[in-house]
Amino acid sequence: MKGRTLGRHVKEGGKNLIRNGWMTFASVSAVTVMLLVVGTFLLIIMNVNHFANSLEDDVEVRVFIDFAASGDNQDELYSELDQIPGVASIEFVPKEEGLDSLISSLGEQGAIFETLRDENPLNDVFVVQAEDPQDTADLASEIEEMVHVESVEYGKDIFDNLFAATNFVRMIGLALILALMFTAMFLIANTIKLTIIARKREIQIMKLVGATNGFIRWPFFVEGLLLGVLGAIIPISLLAYGYTSFYGSIGTDTGIDFFTFLEPNPLTMQMAILLGSIGAFVGIWGSMMSVRKFLKV
Amino acid sequence: MITMNEVWKTYPNGVMAINGIDVDISKGEFVYVVGPSGAGKSTFIKMMYREEKPTRGDIIIDGKNLAKVKERHIPYIRRNMGVIFQDFKLLPGLTVYENVAFAMEVIEESKSNIRRRVMNVLEVVHLKNKARFYPHELSGGEQQRVAIARAIVNSPAVLIADEPTGNLDPDTSWEIMHILEEINDRGTTVVMATHNKEIVNTLRKRVIAIESGRIARDEARGEYGYER
Repeated sequence: MKGRTLGRHVKEGGKNLIRNGWMTFASVSAVTVMLLVVGTFLLIIMNVNHFANSLEDDVEVRVFIDFAASGDNQDELYSELDQIPGVASIEFVPKEEGLDSLISSLGEQGAIFETLRDENPLNDVFVVQAEDPQDTADLASEIEEMVHVESVEYGKDIFDNLFAATNFVRMIGLALILALMFTAMFLIANTIKLTIIARKREIQIMKLVGATNGFIRWPFFVEGLLLGVLGAIIPISLLAYGYTSFYGSIGTDTGIDFFTFLEPNPLTMQMAILLGSIGAFVGIWGSMMSVRKFLKV
Repeated sequence: MITMNEVWKTYPNGVMAINGIDVDISKGEFVYVVGPSGAGKSTFIKMMYREEKPTRGDIIIDGKNLAKVKERHIPYIRRNMGVIFQDFKLLPGLTVYENVAFAMEVIEESKSNIRRRVMNVLEVVHLKNKARFYPHELSGGEQQRVAIARAIVNSPAVLIADEPTGNLDPDTSWEIMHILEEINDRGTTVVMATHNKEIVNTLRKRVIAIESGRIARDEARGEYGYER
């Protein structure tokens, strides 16, 4: 395609937006509402994700080392653990340290255990973290099979519930976003279809004078793109502004010490790009869908 | 120029519009296509610009077989023919100049070429001074002249006219006919479907009469042959 033809298509697409005033308004509103809801969910999901990730990072496997294991055996075990793919970090906690933290965690009552200093009943422990927290359960069962390992512990119940909950939230969010996108696409396809019926004659004439389907489609492509991008402007500015001021008031001070909201700086930018692309995609797709059947003249 | 070989057309609803037509039209000819309503005249014309595809048979225009041409090549076939209609089919939102230029934009001609050619053909149809008018500001005859200008702006080998005078009064109809004759004199083949008895009988040309989907008559310098 020649450059000036592209220029013509862009001009035509823009002109069509203005010519179809109210229809344009209806399509843009549909995209705006859709993106507002999608954007809100996006922000919620990303924060839930962030929350889940920070919880997941705390999931670890405690490997209790056999009492009978010598220092060399422990070194062997360490290198064995180190070789398992998917292990992020291994930390050695000697039994003395274990006792210290037990005593301090029990406070006053902990003093009783001071008598155990010489007869320490605790195991030496390796604390293992998986690269992907979701692999923790598999990792634990693999480690349990090894020699010099007495037992492993990774908070099975908490772990399973946590992953079930975070995955559930992600799935619901994704399903909602997809459903909304499809609704908006059909809305756009329908509004554009209404404007095309008025332009049916124009398309027919274009075909009669020898226009290719591609040539006819281009202005509609541009129009759909513009509809989508125009529809993204209000949601992006509203949500970016809203989230920034929300973050400013309670963002870091959530009352839960290990949880903070995501910072607005990369988040709103990512959201803007995502909403812009969703808007453009929905607009183009809706527009292409409606023009398709009118090309068979 | 135009050759039809054993052409049949049956519509999906069972209507048999064309039932075996053979025809040969040479380059530079002027041909009237006449016949009662519903006899297949319209289908005959529509198959020439490949709006309809024949069910059987070959239609060869300028060396290309319209019955076999691929869907995506149709636009390129149409660029070699101009078509005009009873209802003009102009774009109401565009000026006379833009309507004519449109046919050249579609084939990606350069702006300067478009400018030159459009002014040229507007002169042929005597509308140079109305280039900036919109279709609704023109009379029926003027609108048809714009349509003719659009049809010939890409210098097609064939001009197909489907009842071009159907909506016009006699004087205006003659005006259109003189323009079509002038275009024909410059070497363009003209095929014109018409109901206009007076024109056919006065401006004598080859007449092809279609009845019940067959050629009932094909005479050089023929007559209209029907009551109306």
